Amino acid sequence: MSDRLPENVTTSNLAPTGGLPPTEHNNPDSTPALATVLVKSWKAPIAFGIFALGAIILFVVFGRDGESTFKLSTDVDLIQLPVVVLPTRTTGIVISIVLVLLAGLSVWLVATGRKVRIWLMAVFAVLFLVAFLTWASAGQTIPVPGLLVGAVSLSVPLIFGALGGVISERVGVVNVAIEGQLLAGAFVSAVIASVTNNLFAGVVGAIIAGALVSFVLAAFSIKYLVDQVIVGVVLNVLVTGLTSFLYSQVLTADPDLLNSPPRFDRFPIPLLSEIPIIGPTLFRQTIIVYLMYIAVAVVFFGLFKTRWGLRVRAVGEHPQAADTVGIKVNPTRFWNVMLAGAITGLGGAYFTLGSVGAFNKEMTAGAGYIALAAVIFGRWDPIRATLAALLFGFATNLQYVLGVIGSPVPSEFLLMLPYLITIFAVAGLVGRVRGPAAAGRPYVSR
Amino acid sequence: MKLELRGITKRFGALTANDHIDLTVEPGEIHCLLGENGAGKSTLMNVLYGLYQADEGEIVLDDVVQHFAGPGDAMNAGIGMVHQHFMLIPVFTVAENVMLGHEQTGFAGFLDLSAARRRVREISDQFGFDVDPDALVDDLPVGVQQRVEIIKALSRDAKVLVFDEPTAVLTPQETDELMAIMRQLKEAGTSIVFITHKLREVREVADRITVIRLGKVVGEASPTATNAELASLMVGRAVELTVHKDPAKPGAPALVVSNLSVIDARGQVVVNDVSFDVKAGEILAIAGVQGNGQTELTEALMGLQERVTGEVTLDGKSLSGLSVRKVLDSGVGFVPEDRKEDGLVGEFTIAENLMLDRSNGAPFVKGGGLQLAYLSTFAEEKSKEFDVRSQGIGTEVGRLSGGNQQKVVLARELSRGLRLFVAAQPTRGIDVGSIEFVHKRIVATRDEGIPVVVVSTELDEVVALADRIAVMYRGGIVGIVPGTTPRDILGLMMAGEIPAGVEPLDPEGAAA
Amino acid sequence: MSDSPENKPVTPSSPASAPASAPGPGTAATSAVEPPSRWRTTFNEIIGGSVMISILAVVLAIVAGGILIALTDENVQKASVYFFARPGDTFAEIWKSVSGAYVALFQGSVYNFKRPDFLDQIKPLTETLTFATPLIAAGLGVGLAFRVGMFNIGGRGQMLIAAACAGWVGFTLHLPWGLHLVVAILAGVIGGGIWGGIAGLLKARTGAHEVIVTIMLNYVAFYLVSYLLRTPVLQAPGSNNPKSPPIDPTAVLPDLLGPKFNLHLGFILVIAATVFVWWLLNRSALGFKFRAVGINPNAARVAGIDVKNMYVYAMLISGGLVGLAGVFQVLGTVTTGFSSGIDAGIGFDAITVALLGRSKPWGIFIAGILFGAFKAGGFAMQASQGIPIDIVTVVQSLIVLFIAAPPLIRTVFRLPDPSKPKKPKAPKPAPVTREAVAAK
Repeated sequence: MSDRLPENVTTSNLAPTGGLPPTEHNNPDSTPALATVLVKSWKAPIAFGIFALGAIILFVVFGRDGESTFKLSTDVDLIQLPVVVLPTRTTGIVISIVLVLLAGLSVWLVATGRKVRIWLMAVFAVLFLVAFLTWASAGQTIPVPGLLVGAVSLSVPLIFGALGGVISERVGVVNVAIEGQLLAGAFVSAVIASVTNNLFAGVVGAIIAGALVSFVLAAFSIKYLVDQVIVGVVLNVLVTGLTSFLYSQVLTADPDLLNSPPRFDRFPIPLLSEIPIIGPTLFRQTIIVYLMYIAVAVVFFGLFKTRWGLRVRAVGEHPQAADTVGIKVNPTRFWNVMLAGAITGLGGAYFTLGSVGAFNKEMTAGAGYIALAAVIFGRWDPIRATLAALLFGFATNLQYVLGVIGSPVPSEFLLMLPYLITIFAVAGLVGRVRGPAAAGRPYVSR
Repeated sequence: MKLELRGITKRFGALTANDHIDLTVEPGEIHCLLGENGAGKSTLMNVLYGLYQADEGEIVLDDVVQHFAGPGDAMNAGIGMVHQHFMLIPVFTVAENVMLGHEQTGFAGFLDLSAARRRVREISDQFGFDVDPDALVDDLPVGVQQRVEIIKALSRDAKVLVFDEPTAVLTPQETDELMAIMRQLKEAGTSIVFITHKLREVREVADRITVIRLGKVVGEASPTATNAELASLMVGRAVELTVHKDPAKPGAPALVVSNLSVIDARGQVVVNDVSFDVKAGEILAIAGVQGNGQTELTEALMGLQERVTGEVTLDGKSLSGLSVRKVLDSGVGFVPEDRKEDGLVGEFTIAENLMLDRSNGAPFVKGGGLQLAYLSTFAEEKSKEFDVRSQGIGTEVGRLSGGNQQKVVLARELSRGLRLFVAAQPTRGIDVGSIEFVHKRIVATRDEGIPVVVVSTELDEVVALADRIAVMYRGGIVGIVPGTTPRDILGLMMAGEIPAGVEPLDPEGAAA
Repeated sequence: MSDSPENKPVTPSSPASAPASAPGPGTAATSAVEPPSRWRTTFNEIIGGSVMISILAVVLAIVAGGILIALTDENVQKASVYFFARPGDTFAEIWKSVSGAYVALFQGSVYNFKRPDFLDQIKPLTETLTFATPLIAAGLGVGLAFRVGMFNIGGRGQMLIAAACAGWVGFTLHLPWGLHLVVAILAGVIGGGIWGGIAGLLKARTGAHEVIVTIMLNYVAFYLVSYLLRTPVLQAPGSNNPKSPPIDPTAVLPDLLGPKFNLHLGFILVIAATVFVWWLLNRSALGFKFRAVGINPNAARVAGIDVKNMYVYAMLISGGLVGLAGVFQVLGTVTTGFSSGIDAGIGFDAITVALLGRSKPWGIFIAGILFGAFKAGGFAMQASQGIPIDIVTVVQSLIVLFIAAPPLIRTVFRLPDPSKPKKPKAPKPAPVTREAVAAK
């Protein structure tokens, strides 16, 4: 705003003449175009307040007595961390007070015209979570590494799906078909790995399967200009029907040959896997998970630091502008949607080759839609989308862990959490969400 | 570089947008392409830029015939374009926008942003632009954005530069600056094609002028030709730029706007403390360069803006804070500036569009149901009265020409028993015949004793219609002057200046 | 829309499709495009337009389904091993498997000539109508939302909530005959309407995209109903299963053709619903506003139509109609108590029904009956031929894909491109064209 054209100097010198009372743009200095009004966003303080209130009700009013035990190491770890024991009620009260103070801080920040920074939100969220875990595990033990390892495992397909979603939407094609791509990847990888008894072949099969689903999405939405959401939804139904049909009709006829693929073994990375908490969580995983780390990094740097990424984003934001500098919009979209499908398909392989070990009907169970939610919650940024997917994976695994130790919260509500969070996110309560400008709109050139 | 277009023909269905057009631009020449809206100028340039493929004819650069499959080919051949609607990606920085499409990269395709920054600075320095390579384009004023477009073209070593209606968004001062830049480029040996429909600019900067009309070249002119000569060449007959109207017989102030401000979604004060009144039976024209708050002002009057302060009264009754429905029900007629986007539902029939803003009660709705018989009688009658040329009232409005579409909007609004009529850009992009019709109806509305507000960025239209003129600049009203005010003074006011010796009509009304 | 044949999605608002709005050569009178005569429009509709495309899409999808059945049939596979020795065997097996499947489908859905008496013979037809009943209701809901420019993928959630509400009234309140049914139906419709209305309200107030919100609300509803089915609110007393008690007989939709047939009063209600939606969209002021908002929300807003309220109303009505499908499930189809799978995938099928019916009420009615036939026949096919019912899902989704892409169908069947291609009424985001202006 500040660099305006030089002629404004003359303008402002002359303007106050002629009996006009001065208006704001007649300032003698060189002058931004228009005055702006500070928009205060009270969303963060409101959210903080609600959660602080919830904390008081849950952890203080309905506080539970006893001690909560957190086990930070597994038995096989080289470095054994001490077991942390917290008095349940006291911890709840202390953290609730801190949360109330933080809420107050956020009110003060906004009232004085400042922003509530993301790290403050993170601190708030972590504290709330600790308090919740303490409250939920009164008289029980929470195996923290187990909780986290499970969270990462459950997140793997979500993250692959979210990366596929990010690429596809960044290039301007809304990808509701993540679910179908995951399911196709899971099915094909199971069959191929089973028949060839080769994990690598299975993974390649999954990639091709995901790309094939993407091919249909791309062909219909780019060539035939069908509404992308419609194609996505219908594709999900189609892949579900097709895999279920083939499963019942073909796979069940000879499961030993067709549906008993080998599974990836866990492959601990030396040294890294011995770091307390982080080691077991991140570095005692299967190859697919390590591939995922690489994929996240590559997609992030690729999107924001390379020519490929610049062009992808240009096509998704303003296809005409990209066209006028010689970027072929529709081929760019086509190949990147294929790429997105391939990445998502790889995530599908994790269901069969990474965790379950066989294909089942509708085994993705809505993971594709959660991945889509992660894309939006992560604001179309690969890192944030990954974090969102981890959060969703964590919520799911938390429900399992709490189920084991006897949860005071019905499991359904924890399972609901990712979806509720997403609704809040898209309703803008978490922050303004803005996707790629041209996502969902076909590009027509003559 | 010498550019020749030989016999370029481009058809869209049955319509021939360009009909065997020949054009030669010598190296280091500013060649103006002059023509009415829809004459085929932009189509021709899109052919030149590879966006469209010509059905016939060829493009020749320095005696070599070119075949452009897309803009990339055109750019590689040395053609650059400054688009009317900037082709910039708002969420990218200046450097990213400039490098897009011909990125310099390092290892593994990583972008070399510092090279791009250097390039931006180099070109900026050469032409005296002040552009920060790391600024987000979205944050830049339009004038600066246009410079980014120029830098973009120059960074690809464009030898032929096409400016497509570049002054539509500029103040007269910025326009003068642009002219200076064009001359500077010309000195540096660049050939320039300058597309416009504004006569003054043509005469100021052009070396040669080619006029096209209805897709055909109708003649060449020298910059010394008079406005009237150029205009008649452009339109094809002697043009009456004035509208016949009797002197206004203004009554009491009907619409009174005081201290009106509008804040947009980004927190910018787009209309700043504006006050004026419009008397019954007069036309107040609001002049100004596009984007100085006129759009938001009319939207605020209609109840279409969210954050509005100040007071609006019509015949003593307050319109402030009312919903659009209530404003319409108060007898306000409105012609929005983008009729296809805001004025009509393209896939609705003429009849349906004629009841578009009257779907809330009698006579078109009774007991929650549509009165289709009444609607068709009404539509037949109004089509005739407003000379809407179509195959019948069941025709989809999207299939009509711009002029006929505007007549549908007028017919709807002027048949509602108005107490105020607001017309924004009422003749934008329509043919000359329809322009005359629209102008006649606007004056007739005034003569019925209805206060009329006309918003226009075309000075010709403002001068032709207005009884009084309010000039807007950066959200404020610079002054309100008589309809007889000379154009050069209006031009200065559009840049925010009040020339010495000009007395605003009602200083208290123009007060800020 | 633009009348240039190969560029139908070009927005009319694009300034440089300007040639179209330019003054025509000669007088302005010629500039208006001649609309085709009524007869010609109808003719185009049938030959090159939507009706023919729809029929061909169905044919193509059925062929594709047949190929799938043949490929996965064990006998075909066995015969194909010695294909080069005796190709006839392979073709015979293919014929046997495919014709067997589709004959079973026909017998299960329309007319079973193997049964002894007439009533038994036409029982499949009534089964088809029974399956079609909730499909049509939900399809009307999804189609209505389409017409207002919204995509309601929340059918599952709306049905579940509606079923829970109607079911709860059905087995908890013990009201007199007649009144009980009415109250139960209303409860379900209101429940579904509210669940849909949430998405409409969020879109209106915060701009949250209804596609995301409705998908998410599906899961929220699923877990909510699952939870309630474990609590005394919905769980049958003394049971450990997450299943509700049976519905009181006073709240069950009465059989239309006697106890021998499953067809219930819901079919009459759904005809009424179709008439209602037709009237609403084509003859009412609210429907006029709905359609205006669906095609051009900007112009609607300028014309004084409260676009945000239209979104809320549309999603309320849409959710209510989809809720009606949930009501039919719980008061008509499964009256012995329901579980969290009561929606039976109808919420998603409804999208395909609405698309096939091109979001027009009677189109949806016909599409619903077709898909009802697929369902009824699919079960018969599964029972007699051992072909998984999932094939029906495949065929249905293929139909929708084919219908959505008329050029594909035309290429396959080598049809001429009609001069005025008809678009599906589903909301299409304005395509970005080279000419479309970015400046908004």
